[in-house]
Amino acid sequence: MSLWSRLINVFRGDALSREIGEEFEDHIAAAVADGVDADQARRRFGHIGSRFEASRDIRLIPWFDSLRGDTVFAWRQLKKKKVTAVSAILSIGLAVGACTAAFRLVDALLFRPLAVDHPERLFVLAKELQRSSSNDLLVFDSWAYPLFRQMRALVKDQAELIAISHVSRVDLTYSSGDQMEKANQQYVSGWMFSSLGLRAALGRVFTESDDTTPGKHPYAVISYEYWQTRFGGDEHVIGRTFRTGNEIYQIIGVVQKPFTGTDTGTMVDIFFPTMMIKNNGITRSDYQWFRTFVKVKPDVSIASVRARLEVAFQVFLKESVKTFPTEYKSDIGAYLHQKVLMNSAAAGVSSLQTEYGRALVVLSVLVGLVLAIACANVANLMVVNAIARSREMALRISIGAGQGQLLQMVLVESVLLSGAAVGVGALFAWWSAPFVVGMISSPVSPTQLTLPADWRVLGFCAIVAVAVAVWLGLPMALQVSSVRPVGALKGDAVRWRGHLMHSLIAVQAGFCFLVLFVGTLFVTSFERLSNQPTGFSSDRLLTLETLTATPVKAVFWEQVAERLRSLPGVAAVGLSEWPLLTGESWNNLVSVNGVSPHKAESYFLSTSPTWRDVMRIPLLDGRDFRASNQQPWAAIVNNAFAHEYFGGHDPVGKSFDMVTFAGGHISFRVVGRVADARYRNMREPMMPIAYVPFSEDYSRGTYIVRTAGPNPRALATALRRAISSARPDFFVSNVRTQNELIDSHTVRERVLAMLALFFGAVALLLAGVGLYGLLDYTLLQRRREIGIRMALGAASGGIAILMARQAITRALLGVLVGFAFGVAAARYIQSLLYGVKATDVLMLIAPGITILLVALLAAAPAMLRATRVDPAVTLRSE
Amino acid sequence: MPKADKLQGSLDLLVLKVLSRRPNIHGYAIIAAVREISEEVLRVEDGSLYPALHRMEETGWIKGKWITKETGGRSRVYELAAAGKKQLAAEEARWRSVTFAIDRVLRTV
Repeated sequence: MSLWSRLINVFRGDALSREIGEEFEDHIAAAVADGVDADQARRRFGHIGSRFEASRDIRLIPWFDSLRGDTVFAWRQLKKKKVTAVSAILSIGLAVGACTAAFRLVDALLFRPLAVDHPERLFVLAKELQRSSSNDLLVFDSWAYPLFRQMRALVKDQAELIAISHVSRVDLTYSSGDQMEKANQQYVSGWMFSSLGLRAALGRVFTESDDTTPGKHPYAVISYEYWQTRFGGDEHVIGRTFRTGNEIYQIIGVVQKPFTGTDTGTMVDIFFPTMMIKNNGITRSDYQWFRTFVKVKPDVSIASVRARLEVAFQVFLKESVKTFPTEYKSDIGAYLHQKVLMNSAAAGVSSLQTEYGRALVVLSVLVGLVLAIACANVANLMVVNAIARSREMALRISIGAGQGQLLQMVLVESVLLSGAAVGVGALFAWWSAPFVVGMISSPVSPTQLTLPADWRVLGFCAIVAVAVAVWLGLPMALQVSSVRPVGALKGDAVRWRGHLMHSLIAVQAGFCFLVLFVGTLFVTSFERLSNQPTGFSSDRLLTLETLTATPVKAVFWEQVAERLRSLPGVAAVGLSEWPLLTGESWNNLVSVNGVSPHKAESYFLSTSPTWRDVMRIPLLDGRDFRASNQQPWAAIVNNAFAHEYFGGHDPVGKSFDMVTFAGGHISFRVVGRVADARYRNMREPMMPIAYVPFSEDYSRGTYIVRTAGPNPRALATALRRAISSARPDFFVSNVRTQNELIDSHTVRERVLAMLALFFGAVALLLAGVGLYGLLDYTLLQRRREIGIRMALGAASGGIAILMARQAITRALLGVLVGFAFGVAAARYIQSLLYGVKATDVLMLIAPGITILLVALLAAAPAMLRATRVDPAVTLRSE
Repeated sequence: MPKADKLQGSLDLLVLKVLSRRPNIHGYAIIAAVREISEEVLRVEDGSLYPALHRMEETGWIKGKWITKETGGRSRVYELAAAGKKQLAAEEARWRSVTFAIDRVLRTV
């Protein structure tokens, strides 16, 4: 009965009081009936009030009851000021939501453990190379299979090594009549499943015996997610076959639920055994195509595993140096000095982490600052509110309320606000985290992050709620605890915490500066990067990446191009092995006149005779390839090439050798020189490029189509159909506009710029509103003082300055501190920037000036009104 | 004149004892019984009975319920609960051992 009934009694407080009162009255009545005089009976009873309180406190939980009372009271306070309360809750809610969303993303990308057994014992191997020419440390995490085998054998008793390839998109079909479809594939060691403690949800998963002989294991395991979305959970999926390229695979099982690969940010649909890798990936030492994961056995030291792996690696390096082509001898020293690194893979390993990890951390800090700014506003509001209620507080103290009770009263109000804001924020985060993932995802490389709302997110929300409540309540509590009842009740001016409120303005200005500063950097980076010249015209350009099962002669590729040219709406068609700016590259050393090759590598691309014209890359000298008689060893080079290898002299008519890694020399004769164009991405400078004829047998080619109409996508279906009807063995794998390819290189910068701009604007708005409110209140407080000053003859300009001086100086101080922090943080974010230095004076000054302008704008109304104070009216009303 | 509620725990003991003999009586009747049986030696300020009653009720030693009086209006009457019976036995035993000990000291010294 006890605790429960006391808890219930808290919520029936009025009824409880009535019952106790009734019982007491009954007692007196009984005494009177017993013949006692009424006054006598009351005297004998003792002090009714204190008995009443004592009984009441016994029959319920007093602290909980006062909490309930304060909550009801706080709720009424908030309801009295609906607009203020709603805007406070919304502004904090937005910021809390942004923080939670940022936390969800950072957690999902960087910290959430993989759904495997003992993720803390999972590591990934990388090698670190110090280039002799520069001080850069280069880190690679791709490995070749022969070395992997040796290393695996060497640490067998201490750890299990697992090969897991990078995820790639594959085209496949489940029956010959079906359209081709895409899926994410990954090659994994057969023993991966048992090592990571992964069981089958259906059928079976690979074992070591499914991964022993190259090319002999045409089996696939699919992920649970893929099983559900592609097959609707159909149990008959086991035994189904699909074709990809020339190979037929059979599905043997579905891996258990949450596991979707180790590549955080990409969900694997289909797993293949490593033995099925193409291009002799199992036997070649120069083909590095997978990450090496290490599952360390319990109680084995990581250092000892790493030391053994290092030994195997060094032996391998010394062995491979022997077959180095002479051209690469200069790099041998650095090559031999490589080290093996063993990094934690508990949260998975992916390029998304390297690309977006830091960006997300920076964004998290920004939204955290915005939250602090929003809270400072509301905190100031609450202080003002507390000042307005000084008399009430003083009255409460005089009738016996302790400091503790008063504090509880104001804290309950801040907890109520923070709770409501976190509720709003949770909703916002629920929507916005997937929204950001959608922004960084592209059809070319879909990004999928698991974003469950589990105890990690809830815990984070709880921590934020507490922090916000304290941040909101503390200034108000300080104000309340400074109330002196005697003065306040007499109607003396309340000692107000102008100090405190102005400090909050300084904090706001400082944080606002940081947000704007970083935002300016991101926006400038994006602008500079996206305004980089590409060197060609991407307008109305559609690229159709086409595959064939077996290599096809160039003439047939060209015949299809001819068919496309006859289609209505097509302006021009060119052909290259792949489009520019996909990120792919073919690079080799170049030797001129037989001397040892330059350090810098050149990039190569096979192109058809019309390609240059379609791309609108200006021909500066010489000629294009000839359609009739494509000489295989002709080359067209760009300016950077001429500059790098021919010292800026005219290269047309001269020859150079392409030096392959295996040491082979292939001679080319330069027939033309063209302007520079971007090859691999937008961040690099213009690279030396040699375009060579598309004149051999290819199983991949890309039709570059310039359309007549403004929207190249509109022709996609017609072109796709035309290609497959012209050659049934041609299959269009990817259709992308050239602009999409260009934009894919600025996705991170665009997302950062957009979000930083948005939060910068929010921060500025909040800080402005905060300053406005504070000055408005200051005016109210100092009306009498201003009236006296004016009566004594102060100039209105002086009055205006008087009004805003303190606030503006504090804002300036805040900006200066923010400035210092900004410079300190610059190094951390430098790697996210392009074409701009965080220490640029302009980058620091622009946000500072913006803030001061906004501060002046926010201060103007109060300053104006101060000058219009009529001393006669003010002084008389006092 | 000793005040019963100054002797620690003795008020509980008295109330429980009274209720064990006369179940379902209201607060005034309890006080009256204490006063009557002790021949006015033990006197309790009437009001102090109620916090004790309510505490014992929340603890589960006694049970209270509202009854309608013949004259109209309600009275709250109390009776011993099972836990109260046990408590009464324990309190009685403790009281006896304490008074016995005090008695012995008074006699020997």
